Amino acid sequence: MSLHELLTYEFVQRALIAAVFTGFAAPAIGTYLVQRRLALMGDGIGHVAVTGVALGLVTQLSPTWTAVAVAVLGAVAIELVRERGNVNGDLALALMFYGGLAGGVLLTGLGGQSAARLQQYLFGAITTIGRDDLIATMVLAAIVVVVGVGLSPQLFAVSHDVDFARVAGLRVRYYNLLVAVLAAVSVTVAMRTVGLLLVSALMVVPVATAQQLTTSFRRTLGVAMGLGVVASVGGLVGPAMVPSSTVVAPGPAIIMVALACFVLTWPIGSWTRRRARRRAPFTDSAPQVHEAAESHPHRHAAGCGHVAVVHHDHVDYVHDGHRHAAHGDHYDEH
Amino acid sequence: MSVTPVRIQGGAVSIGGRPVLRGIDLEIREGEFVVLLGANGSGKSTLVRACTGLLPTTHGSLHLFDTPIGRFRDWQRVGYVPQRASAGSGVPASVWEVVASGRLTRRRLLRPLGRVDRRAIDDALETVGLADRARDGVSQLSGGQQQRVLIARALAGEPELFFLDEPNAGVDVENQQALADALRALHARGSTLVTVLHELGPIAPLTQRAVVLSQGRIVHDGPVDAAPGTVAAMLTGHVHHHGETDVAVTFAPQLSAPLDTPPEEAR
Ligand SMILES: Nc1ncnc2c1ncn2[C@@H]1O[C@H](COP(=O)(O)OP(=O)(O)OP(=O)(O)O)[C@@H](O)[C@H]1O
Ligand SMILES: [Mg+2]
Repeated sequence: MSLHELLTYEFVQRALIAAVFTGFAAPAIGTYLVQRRLALMGDGIGHVAVTGVALGLVTQLSPTWTAVAVAVLGAVAIELVRERGNVNGDLALALMFYGGLAGGVLLTGLGGQSAARLQQYLFGAITTIGRDDLIATMVLAAIVVVVGVGLSPQLFAVSHDVDFARVAGLRVRYYNLLVAVLAAVSVTVAMRTVGLLLVSALMVVPVATAQQLTTSFRRTLGVAMGLGVVASVGGLVGPAMVPSSTVVAPGPAIIMVALACFVLTWPIGSWTRRRARRRAPFTDSAPQVHEAAESHPHRHAAGCGHVAVVHHDHVDYVHDGHRHAAHGDHYDEH
Repeated sequence: MSVTPVRIQGGAVSIGGRPVLRGIDLEIREGEFVVLLGANGSGKSTLVRACTGLLPTTHGSLHLFDTPIGRFRDWQRVGYVPQRASAGSGVPASVWEVVASGRLTRRRLLRPLGRVDRRAIDDALETVGLADRARDGVSQLSGGQQQRVLIARALAGEPELFFLDEPNAGVDVENQQALADALRALHARGSTLVTVLHELGPIAPLTQRAVVLSQGRIVHDGPVDAAPGTVAAMLTGHVHHHGETDVAVTFAPQLSAPLDTPPEEAR
């Protein structure tokens, strides 16, 4: 089936719109989670949200909104436990996560709902998204993006250095709770796309990829959001292009595309970091002792193939792990 | 009538139920340059953290700019350089971004940086000699350079009252001199400075007043050269400690010895 044909189906259009919004929103808040070294928090909220979905299924309310409510409650609880910072906090979180998952599965069974219904939420079912759910997804994702980008100076400061943010007069607690609530919202936004069990990956993997390419926070945020869209659209459209004899679920495909991006950029990242390190100028003054390099016929010059590094008032050439500086008719070891 | 930037009366601070500071009476007047001295663990950082509202006082009162700290909201007047904070975090951040976060006290929500903000950030970077590293990732800098980033972050906010907790830790002599020059300029502009130090170094000629802490109490408060024997000598840089005369060793025991009349306790 060609892409053009595909786009004429309404359910494909809906799925694409949902993918774009989710792709933007999930990394927007994921960046702050990674910055706080809470990369797995999205996973935890996802587990808790399972109970929310089950509640919705059992009570015949909208699972999206019950999931939002339960996920927000769970995220706030997680944040409060974290804020206490006590030793058992870790354990309390684990209890909450597994309680959430087990409770959800159990509730679904008790309510006489089929496991298949729940499965849609666990692994995503973007192609079955309805009109109302699409609108909810768009609105919630837009809120996450607007707050995550608009308040980025404040959220950056709070996540970067809590003490400093506090002395700067920021209401650290409110911002922390805001991040937790936004994380919960984006978990439920991504729930239909990639599923609750893989939600965290869409929040975190694009950030890990973006980090390989940038040294600044804002650029990491921007690149991660872009990659999120690339992954979610790629994972949705890609499988549709392959022969239809095989069934590829979009949710896992999206995550695999995100991971593939990471695997591709990792060597680039480590290469650029290495290069930057090698080319960084040496700011210390020239050495006091004079040590001539072993005699070697090679002439160092611009474009001679050795890395040239600025050192104080002259240029060193990195040669086989040494730094050579021209001195008269020979080279010095610097 | 001039305001008093810091006033503590009978202040006590506990960390996790353990009393750390007791009977602190301290008044820092506008335009003063005070250095806080004392052995490791004597409570210097705790005092600074109490003054910046990071730790609550369990007894006594604490006023910033004549406002009880609980009601104090003018945080753009206060700058803080924490002790040994790493400038890095889970996501890369550039030097410029970290320094820019120092302007937050003066920015409104959802407003972009203005020209004044950018100039303050550039000036702060210039002062600590990192203007050419502005685009680099903070985590690629050395420990001393990261310390200078944190100083620049506080400078960028252009505070009136400046708390620096060992700003010179890990910073080389050349850059200590640069920092001293920056502090001199701030002081000349009328800022009030409180800095924790182990060695005064290039800052020595600037300070007028030393507050020495020992075991959570103030044991000396007065001119720097009137501080107890070794302290004064060390501060003004006459003692050059090599190897066997370690700072902490010469410092701690001799500090309380010459002080036969400890100041009155508040309670
Ligand atoms: N987080 C904490 N938990 C428990 N006790 C603490 C904590 N922080 C500090 N203390 C205690 O408070 C006392 C004062 O510590 P503080 O950090 O103020 O010392 P300092 O004078 O700044 O020392 P240094 O020169 O090493 O920086 C110490 O006895 C220390 O054990
Ligand atoms: Mg300290």
